Amino acid sequence: MNKDTVLMKGNEALAHAAIRYGADGYFGYPITPQSEILETLAVEKPWETTGMVVLQAESEVASINMVYGGAGAGKMVLTSSSSPGVSLMQEGISYIAGAELPCLLVNVMRGGPGLGTIQPSQSDYFQTVKGGGHGDYRVITLAPSSVQEMADFVGLGFELAFKYRNPALILADGIIGQMMEKVVLPAQRPRRTDEEVIAQCPWATTGKTADRASNTITSLELMPDEMEQNNIRFQKKYREIEANEVRYEATNCEDAEYIMVAFGSCARISQKAMDIARKAGIKVGIIRPITLWPFPTAIIAEYATKLKGILTVEMNAGQMVEDVRLAVNGKVKVEHFGRLGGIVPDPDEVYEALKAKLMK
Amino acid sequence: MKKEIIIAGFGGQGVLSLGKTLAYSGLMEDKEVTWMPAYGPEQRGGTANVTVIISDEKISSPILSSYDVAIVLNQPSLDKFEKRIKPGGILIYDDYGIKNKSKRTDIHIFEISAMDAATEMNNAKAFNMIVLGGLLKVCPVVKLESVMKGLKKTLPERHHHLLPMNEQAIKKGLEVIHPL
Repeated sequence: MNKDTVLMKGNEALAHAAIRYGADGYFGYPITPQSEILETLAVEKPWETTGMVVLQAESEVASINMVYGGAGAGKMVLTSSSSPGVSLMQEGISYIAGAELPCLLVNVMRGGPGLGTIQPSQSDYFQTVKGGGHGDYRVITLAPSSVQEMADFVGLGFELAFKYRNPALILADGIIGQMMEKVVLPAQRPRRTDEEVIAQCPWATTGKTADRASNTITSLELMPDEMEQNNIRFQKKYREIEANEVRYEATNCEDAEYIMVAFGSCARISQKAMDIARKAGIKVGIIRPITLWPFPTAIIAEYATKLKGILTVEMNAGQMVEDVRLAVNGKVKVEHFGRLGGIVPDPDEVYEALKAKLMK
Repeated sequence: MKKEIIIAGFGGQGVLSLGKTLAYSGLMEDKEVTWMPAYGPEQRGGTANVTVIISDEKISSPILSSYDVAIVLNQPSLDKFEKRIKPGGILIYDDYGIKNKSKRTDIHIFEISAMDAATEMNNAKAFNMIVLGGLLKVCPVVKLESVMKGLKKTLPERHHHLLPMNEQAIKKGLEVIHPL
């Protein structure tokens, strides 16, 4: 056994990973099912070791604006919440996207709408990948399906956020947050020095020097000509992300007659349903989108012509299914199976749905 | 080897920590493990349950339709999970508080007098470790050494004086479980 292997919850792994990746600050407000993130940070006291700031804000609106401020100064900052709290953050996320700032957001989804339930859900897919806040913007979205990925995607999220000066969001759910699994945490890295931040982020408000113009962090541009140019620049960046950053995992797809498309915990549940189906002689594969935006459109389109049917398995009323249908463009039947409001489907249920919806 | 286990009972009976101890023991043997709790209002007085999977291979779903082993510590848990035990699987319960017993004939049923044993030990907190001992007797999914190693690793050092008591409770569990 690797001596660095530990057993912990997804939420705990994410908090440890943030400290070890050298994050500068975390700002958040507790909410089930992700409160262990802030709790773990409070126990670990990284302000005494790496110098990372951990602050319990007065609300989610405050935390996202603290993230906005920290990101504007080139700092590596993150916040986490669950669905109702993330709804409160949407204005700030739109501003951060508009000001082209890097940051990491985490949503450990619970059932909605409204205050809803504390049980797992995936019903914030639309909110995350289609906007959420106002304006034409996109958020790089990573969907972990294990505790290991909760840890790994902290580094990946920050890396992509800084590479493209764009918010990145880890879209998990109550299962991934609360479940304990084996995880190998990343090695401790030092936080970047002020000099490194200035070198890496020449756009940041790190203190004006005589040899350069002021850096201004804003999403406001009253001149429509300029604002259109800003938007054109954003869109160009988004196309670049779509071209370069799609990530997915395809399992048993080569000989598949049917494919299930599922992300996060639903991908794990569908995997077991796939095993049941394979034992029964049904050729089923799984495509697990790891990035939900950019969406793995091309690979799904590629398989479309070879299949008898696609089933999306989601803990919502049918959200990602729209992107799968756009990808296959009518070339193959696409059905959706979902449970709602915090109910988690079990593998037998998914297997039965696969037969009922695609094989009749 | 793969064992899919559900442990269910009242909140406060130590169901989640029993599962955690089991999961840590699996970790000590370098096995794949998942520990998935019901984290809802159940934790606060109602029924609590946790799914623990210990396997030699990578684990797919942490959520299960059926189980190899069900440990049920109250009537609602028995009613809920009895029908979801795989044929040939194992049901373990403490008859304390179980009025309507299982009528299934296609599974192995074991009764453990853990509540009585805990009372006898004058230590209500030993209850869940006695149950764990019972499990190890009828389904040796992990070794006792691994359990002790795991406990030592997870218990803060200030509680290490409790380790012998835990070991004693587990060994008691080996004695007070019997097939029906």
